[in-house]
Amino acid sequence: MNTNTTPERQQFTGSMRFLHWLTAALVLTMLGIGVAMVASLANYHTLVSIHRPVGILILLVVVIRYVNRRFSSLPPFPVTMSSQERFVASASEHLFYAFLFVLPLVGWGMLSAAGYPIVMFGSLHLFPILPHSLMLYAALRKTHTVLAYLLFLMFLAHFGAILFHTLIVRDRMFQRMAPWRVRA
Amino acid sequence: MPTQTTTPIEQHTTPLTSRSSLTRLAAIGLVVLVVAAAFLYLGGWFAPRALTPARFVDGLERAGATHPGFRRNHAKGVGVSGFFESNGQGTRLSKAAVFRTGRIPVVGRFSLSGGDPYAADAADTVRGLGLLFRSPDGAEWRTAMVNLPLFPVKGPQGFYELLLASQPDPQTHKPDPKKMGEFLARHPETVRAFQTFQSHPASSGFENSTFNSLLAFRFVNAGGLSVPVRWSVVPVQPFVPADAKAAASGNENYLFDALIASIHQHPLQWRLILTVGQPGDVTNDANIPWPDGREQVNAGTLTLDSMESEATSPVRDINFDPAVLPAGIAPSDDPLLSARSAVYSESFTRRAGEKKEPSAITPSEVRK
Repeated sequence: MNTNTTPERQQFTGSMRFLHWLTAALVLTMLGIGVAMVASLANYHTLVSIHRPVGILILLVVVIRYVNRRFSSLPPFPVTMSSQERFVASASEHLFYAFLFVLPLVGWGMLSAAGYPIVMFGSLHLFPILPHSLMLYAALRKTHTVLAYLLFLMFLAHFGAILFHTLIVRDRMFQRMAPWRVRA
Repeated sequence: MPTQTTTPIEQHTTPLTSRSSLTRLAAIGLVVLVVAAAFLYLGGWFAPRALTPARFVDGLERAGATHPGFRRNHAKGVGVSGFFESNGQGTRLSKAAVFRTGRIPVVGRFSLSGGDPYAADAADTVRGLGLLFRSPDGAEWRTAMVNLPLFPVKGPQGFYELLLASQPDPQTHKPDPKKMGEFLARHPETVRAFQTFQSHPASSGFENSTFNSLLAFRFVNAGGLSVPVRWSVVPVQPFVPADAKAAASGNENYLFDALIASIHQHPLQWRLILTVGQPGDVTNDANIPWPDGREQVNAGTLTLDSMESEATSPVRDINFDPAVLPAGIAPSDDPLLSARSAVYSESFTRRAGEKKEPSAITPSEVRK
């Protein structure tokens, strides 16, 4: 898997970049749908019907992404990053993986505990992963909201940090993950 | 994880002045703020007066006393179970497995509208029947019906205002006539609906009430053909007019007790009647009835033969969310379905985390 790596490579691999932007699009859509649906009467049902299968899709994508990450070599950190910054960057990457894995599972679990059928689309259902229990549902429902708001704050910090590096430190941080290919 | 090493980056020719660094920093801050604001906008933070599911339920809680652990509306109820025996006629309209010939289990809940789980039964209180059909393919069909022939208002906002106007005053235990008068002055469609209700007087009890979906749904059959349908369950038990003596007996549970007595005598049955709309029939407003003479399909018989207090019945922990539909039954363009689903979920979520208090209809009441 490391054959295409050259010492000069500054970019993440194509598959890593693709999975990053796919996740970004899905997660931002989901955060928007999530916060809109709980405040909406007229669109609640439509939005929930999208939220459920896209959540499960994110769960699948994050598993694939994690496996892909384990088997890919990473470009080096830019010299502009201090050791503390590198620590924060690595820790936040792991935190993102944890959130993207746990949030859909909490969603799936809370629908199970509420006794709802877990409808994907048409007649396709998922099995419940937890027993029907209202107290469990209440706890997971709250957890789902809190984790989602935290994930959004993590996204803002990530977004701000990349903009800071790219526009002020000017270390071409964005190019590492740019959707297009950048020649070194 | 692979190890990460450092390589030098290309040098920029001109470093940023501190002034342009600050400008760029401010621009970044602004972009991040705009993204955060867009998120809050989607969440309705900039529309503090818009009716949301949470504000809907807040309003219900403010209007009556709060009863933790209970549904915020239709709080007083009892669990039932039995089965639905489909005659296969419904498969012409819907591919849902529930309409294939055969018998599937059903659980349900009879209820009275209002937020007080200990309110005294009254003949003119709206009666509810929630049902959950579980077909062998794992699909569920949940419906929450009432004994009104049509919905008294147009849309979610009107429904919210009507619920507030008709909440009993905590002191007098009766709705405030002034509030109701103000509501009716602004809602001629409700005045018309109330006139219709007067020509459809309530029956003597739950067991001989017709319960209606009110909302229209889209039934989709195996050939992909979609038609609008409103459904009802029509009692096999004969209609008996409401009995003023029973209501005045002083028994606060007289409607529930009569239901318990009659289910102990023999299983209670209803026919599931699907009314098929024609092109041009209104599907987005449950306040407008369809013309008489629409095709009606008798899809089978619902039998309820066992009854349980909420203390032991599974229905206490079920949300009869009317948007839980099997493939073959889809929502129509009526915004009320989504609004009801949202408000039911909000009520369900709130009561889920609360301590459960005994229901008015206790296990010993059900055994009588």
